[in-house]
Amino acid sequence: MSTLVKNIVRFCLFILVQVYVLNQIPPLNHLVVPYLYFLFILWLPYQIGRRSLLVLGFLLGFCLDAFSNTYGLHAAACVLIAYIRPFLINVLLTKEEKELNYNEPSAQSMGLVPYITYLTILTFIHHITVFFLSALQTGGWMYFAVKALFATAVSLVLILLTELLFSRKQRFRTNTAQ
Amino acid sequence: MRNVIIFIRIYFTFFFFLLLMGLSLYLLFSYNKYQNAVYSEVANEVAGRINSQVNKVTYYFYLKKTNDSLVHANEMLYNKLREDYSITDTTNRLVIDTLRVDSLEQFRRFLFREAKVVRNSVSQPNNYIVLHRGRDQGISQDMGVIAPNSGVAGTVIEVSKNFAVVMSLLHSQSNVSGRLKRGGETGNLIWDGKNKNILLLKDVSKSAKINQGDTVVTSGFSEKFPPGLLLGYVVDIINDKSSSTYTVRVKSAVDFETLQFAYVIQNLQKEEVNDLLKKVKSK
Repeated sequence: MSTLVKNIVRFCLFILVQVYVLNQIPPLNHLVVPYLYFLFILWLPYQIGRRSLLVLGFLLGFCLDAFSNTYGLHAAACVLIAYIRPFLINVLLTKEEKELNYNEPSAQSMGLVPYITYLTILTFIHHITVFFLSALQTGGWMYFAVKALFATAVSLVLILLTELLFSRKQRFRTNTAQ
Repeated sequence: MRNVIIFIRIYFTFFFFLLLMGLSLYLLFSYNKYQNAVYSEVANEVAGRINSQVNKVTYYFYLKKTNDSLVHANEMLYNKLREDYSITDTTNRLVIDTLRVDSLEQFRRFLFREAKVVRNSVSQPNNYIVLHRGRDQGISQDMGVIAPNSGVAGTVIEVSKNFAVVMSLLHSQSNVSGRLKRGGETGNLIWDGKNKNILLLKDVSKSAKINQGDTVVTSGFSEKFPPGLLLGYVVDIINDKSSSTYTVRVKSAVDFETLQFAYVIQNLQKEEVNDLLKKVKSK
């Protein structure tokens, strides 16, 4: 399957799963909403341009907003993580590594620890943005931080499950294979 | 110029990010009720603070007129004092009540609170007055506002912690129920947006005898204003042959341009009346 088709299918699946499965779960202790859809942005190929990344982030957030009737809330969070993603990858990976070996970020291509760092930081930023924009107040810094941390933990567990269930077999990129 | 273009080209991705972020936040604040409410509250508070600083300067230009209007108000009140009346009937004796507790307080219907005007416009199609008194000082939505000469100025439409925004009579959606003082015929006072001193009293029945200079007062049917507050004076009648009612042009009693102080009216019995109406409607 080509990268484009694969990502289009992913886009639809993530939105549908988020809207019709995860959003139906009542928030645990009114605290934690399980979010998974933004994994789409984290899984986009390394080669994608920064501007197209921003546009895709906006589209993803906007689609979710259209379903949950919160226009702009998730779009803002997704645009933010789409903007930060390239900087983070630059910090975590050396240039040769990411350009030569694999197509998209994964434990295989980045190494386990950098990959988990990458997931955690972007998940945390996404959650903080969504929570802050939806409440427009923190309600006490401790409460806010704990809420964001719990939500991040839940999201990370979901991401882990997704990785285990749908293993992404990535070919080693060589000059001839692409 | 060239440098500016180069600068923009270098940081184009960043500007693009700002653009998309701005778009998202715009959607967030304009299509979601809660976020919109928080935004307007904060914006109101910030704008109010700036306005009150600016008003500290402009206030000086109106000191003379403000003083005059306050002196007039005082004069009017002095004339209402009980000591000013002497009763010749010897069976009645005037006793001044020195009790601390005002026994009339429980029957009070309207409570007046003074407020400083910090911003005021007269030349817009929709004009607003900003008062330096807000929710923390007992103001809430839908309270009536009058000027020191007891002329109606408008209605509170938005409150934040320390400021309130008043929809002035000079607003396209302003609608106050008025009454001709002489004949008692009622009508609706609106503004057509053309002249900053002229209001229109609509739907006055054609049986009314109206002269130039007649006083128009509040009817008391509205829960915001007590009856008998000044609205304005009749200028002339627009006689529309095709309709069964008069439209009267009224010169407003309040000089909106020099307004520096206002009184906000709280109706203490509003809830009781509303509860009663609700009960009737639910039957």
